[in-house]
Amino acid sequence: MRDTSDLGNMKDAVMAAIIDLAEEHKDVVMLEADLMTCLGSTGFKKKFPERFYNCGIAEANMVGVAAGLSSMGFVPFADSFGVFSSRRVYDQFFLSVNYAKQRVHLIGTDPGVVAQVNGGTHMPFEDIALMRQIPDLIIIDPSDGQSCYELIRQAYESGHSSYIRVGRRGITHRYPVGTKIELGKGIVLTEGDDVAIIAEGETLVNEAVKAVEILKEKGIKATLVDMHTIKPLDTELIEKLAKKTGRILVCENGRYAGGLGEAVAGHLAKVNPTKMDFVSVGEKFGEVGNLSYLIKAFNFSAEDIAAKAEALVK
Amino acid sequence: MVEFIHLRKETQMLDLQTLEMLEKKAKEIRISTINEIAHLGKGHIGGAMSIVEILTYLYYHEMNIDSSNPKKEGRDRFVCSKGHAGPAVYATLADKGYFPADWLLTLNKGGTNLPSHCDMTKTPGVDFTTGSLGQGASAAAGIALGQKIKGESSFTYLIVGDGESQEGQIWEMAEFASTHKLGNLIAFTDFNRMQLDGYTKDVINMDNIDTRWLGFNWHVQRINGHDFTQLDYAIQQAKLATDRPSMIICDTIKSWGYKPGVGVTANHSMAVSEEDAKVAIAALEGGCV
Repeated sequence: MRDTSDLGNMKDAVMAAIIDLAEEHKDVVMLEADLMTCLGSTGFKKKFPERFYNCGIAEANMVGVAAGLSSMGFVPFADSFGVFSSRRVYDQFFLSVNYAKQRVHLIGTDPGVVAQVNGGTHMPFEDIALMRQIPDLIIIDPSDGQSCYELIRQAYESGHSSYIRVGRRGITHRYPVGTKIELGKGIVLTEGDDVAIIAEGETLVNEAVKAVEILKEKGIKATLVDMHTIKPLDTELIEKLAKKTGRILVCENGRYAGGLGEAVAGHLAKVNPTKMDFVSVGEKFGEVGNLSYLIKAFNFSAEDIAAKAEALVK
Repeated sequence: MVEFIHLRKETQMLDLQTLEMLEKKAKEIRISTINEIAHLGKGHIGGAMSIVEILTYLYYHEMNIDSSNPKKEGRDRFVCSKGHAGPAVYATLADKGYFPADWLLTLNKGGTNLPSHCDMTKTPGVDFTTGSLGQGASAAAGIALGQKIKGESSFTYLIVGDGESQEGQIWEMAEFASTHKLGNLIAFTDFNRMQLDGYTKDVINMDNIDTRWLGFNWHVQRINGHDFTQLDYAIQQAKLATDRPSMIICDTIKSWGYKPGVGVTANHSMAVSEEDAKVAIAALEGGCV
């Protein structure tokens, strides 16, 4: 397995995965929507010019073309900002790709607050909810470079379509190469009996890691899970967490309605109703700002997470 | 400029025997289509009937396909982007032997393999799922691109509606296909001048459709879409234009061959009784459309 610890940005991990897959599999093709330099797919174009197509600023057509290519036996990776990969092409991705049982990996970059200075118009909070409506679709939101690389490869191997929710700039190196990273299986980062925190995505997992330390100082022992795969949901682990702690806080860089929190709550409502709370976005649209401002503005900070976890315990 | 019908040296005229075969097949497909819809009692009769000659020509005289091997490698592909014309596609595929003819009477009934709109996961011989207008066009461009990447000499044939061409995705596809020089993509516009709410001119005007496609750098021809000799000529010419995709604007009449629907603004999807069907079929068999 490739070691990604030398990569400087999440986009490098995304492109390393796609280029490595393309080296190994002739069916891998890549489609862009005029964001080649943003994701760094220029590297793919250079290496496989006959398998790279820039579709211009026409995302709906790009996803339709990807669907047609899939019907010809290719496995397209198509890229745009998350707002366009979800809201703008939803019907095309829903029908031409998924309803038609085609296989396309759609990359939606800059999820939620990660959109920073491009948000609010470019700040996708609702992509998780939208993508959760699509049967058999895989949704991943990796929290570090190594898991990003490995989960994209596993999504390809799964034979399903996927929505890859990922940041571009900067990178967290959380998992050394060799760590067991498995699609559909959350990773337990810390163990504790008082409360379980389920977090998704780089920003919220990073904040949650800090929150666990804050809680520790207060004598609260928290289990923390990196739920890198939103669909299919690791219900087995969720049930274990509910049984173990009886209190679950779900943290997501997205909207509450239809998000990971509701998915967890919906499952537990059926099998083991559990005391829960959520760190997510409610009735608010996105806005511009740098990451530290936005983390505070949307109450995503380690302090916010710790406060909610503490309230659950009390 | 739009290339109006004029014969070129390399064009072979359609021989009389083939022409008679195609006309006979078109009549049979029309009758099957009417029967499918009448058995259900209602359906998209108008837009199904207007594409019958295009379908007949492609399936009986043009495409490299094999109904005993619907997924044959290297075959030509067909996408009916106006997916609601499914009943005419199904009548054609059944006659070609892709599935038993008795499936036709299951159209749109629970558990059927023949849903209202074309579905590649259900119907043998359907190359792509359509129904949300505009989407089949992009899929066809993707298929044509895939054929090129694979180095195939095959073609992708696409039918879009004139009403459907109000969708922005059609024009996103148009610029993509010409930029990537998809000379193996041959499209038809079923220019029947009508849409669900009435005449296109009264909803969104689709005039100058030929110059619109010319503007997108397509090879453009305009023909009578119910005339096999014109279809024959236009497709041969389209295949010669290897450096760009082709659009053949087909002037057609919505519901052509099902008389009760001709000129009726509600003919997009209408009730078709067994009695109406009998009268229309008798007229077709008597040589009238």
